[in-house]
Amino acid sequence: MSDRPVADQPSDASGVGTQEGPGGVRLWHGCPVVESLGAVVVHCNREDYLTLCRGLRDEGYAMPVGVTGVDYLTHPGRVLPEGIRAERFEVVVELVSLEQRKRVRVRCQVPAADPSVPSLYDIWPGTEAHERETYDMFGIRFDGHPDPSRILMPEDWEGHPLRKDYDTGHVPVKFKEAHQ
Amino acid sequence: MSDLGSEPRAGGDLGSEPRAGGDQAAAGRRLSLLDRILGRTAPGGEDMERLLERRTSEGAQEMAPRSRTATQELVRESGQVLHLPEGVALDTGDIDVETPEDESMILNLGPSHPSTHGVLRVMVELDGETVLRVKPVIGYLHTGMEKTAEELMYHQGCTNVTRMDYLAPFFNELGFCLSVERLLGIEVPPRATWIRMLMCELNRISSHFLWLGTNGADIGALNMLVYGWREREMVLAFFEKVTGLRMNHNYFRPGGVAADLPDGWRDDVLALCEAIPRRMDDYDRLLTGQPIVQARMEGVGPLDADTAIALGVTGPLLRSTGVPWDLRRDFPYLAYDEVDFDVIVGTNGDCWDRYAIRVNEIRESVRIIRQIADMMPTGDFRTQDRKVTPPPRNRIDESMEALIHHFKLYTEGFRVPPGEAYVPVESPRGESGCFIVSDGTAKPYRMHMRAASFANLQSMAHMARGALIADMIAIVSTIDPVLGDVDR
Repeated sequence: MSDRPVADQPSDASGVGTQEGPGGVRLWHGCPVVESLGAVVVHCNREDYLTLCRGLRDEGYAMPVGVTGVDYLTHPGRVLPEGIRAERFEVVVELVSLEQRKRVRVRCQVPAADPSVPSLYDIWPGTEAHERETYDMFGIRFDGHPDPSRILMPEDWEGHPLRKDYDTGHVPVKFKEAHQ
Repeated sequence: MSDLGSEPRAGGDLGSEPRAGGDQAAAGRRLSLLDRILGRTAPGGEDMERLLERRTSEGAQEMAPRSRTATQELVRESGQVLHLPEGVALDTGDIDVETPEDESMILNLGPSHPSTHGVLRVMVELDGETVLRVKPVIGYLHTGMEKTAEELMYHQGCTNVTRMDYLAPFFNELGFCLSVERLLGIEVPPRATWIRMLMCELNRISSHFLWLGTNGADIGALNMLVYGWREREMVLAFFEKVTGLRMNHNYFRPGGVAADLPDGWRDDVLALCEAIPRRMDDYDRLLTGQPIVQARMEGVGPLDADTAIALGVTGPLLRSTGVPWDLRRDFPYLAYDEVDFDVIVGTNGDCWDRYAIRVNEIRESVRIIRQIADMMPTGDFRTQDRKVTPPPRNRIDESMEALIHHFKLYTEGFRVPPGEAYVPVESPRGESGCFIVSDGTAKPYRMHMRAASFANLQSMAHMARGALIADMIAIVSTIDPVLGDVDR
């Protein structure tokens, strides 16, 4: 696994708000920070999600690049830092600080039994369309979103296509001689 | 934003023709022609406050003017109000002819309208000709490409992503390849990197040329449409020579590019570099110096820097607000730190600045391409890592191992270590990139494309408020959304 804890002098996460946690793992607003292939990734559980995002916004991460989801139904073996409970869904938020020229990725665990997270709309209005898309594709509800509706699929569509238990359609291949 | 350490170049500094009516308002914001005719001092004017006050059966309902409405409130408002399901036709019984003071109406623009650049549907609430609220409705071109990507192996992935932003296919392929290469941890040979840069900058030119043509058509300069497509075709002819296809090239592959540049490529590229700036001078005379074109765009659809950043708007839209943000300079990828170019920024954030930035970016790209033509290194055009790159064709005839290797690579694909990667690139429309989660198999576990048009489209509600319906066409045009990118 490529993820490793940022222990010695992190290149990017050394800013305000980080402190040493147990086991040498760096914490940012109480959430563990890892470096993954050159990117700074903050993992969090759902209850810390809003606090973490507010904190990051206050530290200068003013631009939301995107919000998306991942369904880990068929890939349960991923490595997560200590203190993070692996759940079926993850909401991934990519943020940029223009002043510091830094990026950070937030990975929030979302349980399958109650797939909902607080909306980031009040922090960054630019997450509006991305959250709608994530709802549409994964069925993750964003509480407090101004327009929680489907954005890409038709309104009466059933199911959420990017979930791993949503099968792709198949067109049966017809061979000329096969009907005999 | 001066702390970002750049030297902003004036966005409106174009051509040799003096610009008529370029007087700046005392307030610092450029006013549109309508504002000037009506003697307004602020965009939208004091009329906006009167227009936005609605008399309803429950008393006076007021919508605050744009200057006083928080970014959040505006979308919340249009998100709830302008949400009419598809297929709901207007019931004529609903029109209350007895209350003439409420003359606002909701109009559906698109999804099949020439000015919406594809299948964008815009719901507009109008009072007369003034736009009160706007909501883009998308999804008409959604083909589930992110789901498709989970079924395709990594070496097939480029054929899929290249069809997303179909006007800038190389940038889709680049974002995908860079992410896969980061997951694999392989180095790309320098020649492949520089070929990629060359193709990307040419693609930026072709994309901006098409935009220049359609933008001209949208604001009434119909002859520009023909010229824009003609110049784009010039670049596409070179693409066809190199990749075999005009669009949807599938030319970048994880590990390099599919084929080396053909003989004589330098002459073709230099001929383009000669022709394009000369043509641009013509178009400066045709469009930039023309008072009607200026009047259609100056002061129309202003956006301020803080709103743009909070909305996640990138590319020429963000730069038009005065933020010098270009990933080629701020997060250098490929070899952009070795070439010399300027980041073009505007000041007013209106349609005119967005126009000026794209026009100047064509010139900057020509400048970069000239440097690339001089500095193109020799060597391999794809990595020699046999895990990723198939053996050359002539080896297959001689060696059984090469044949087996080739067969296994194309039937089983190559495995990518588990992890996740996102490498952003600066496409003609803004930040584009591919977020890939790998579970260690030969297919991506999850692939998400960060589409610049998708995020940029959110700014429409802010720019169009209080504008005329005709201005809204100019606003949609200067956002330059590609619906294949928006819907994926």
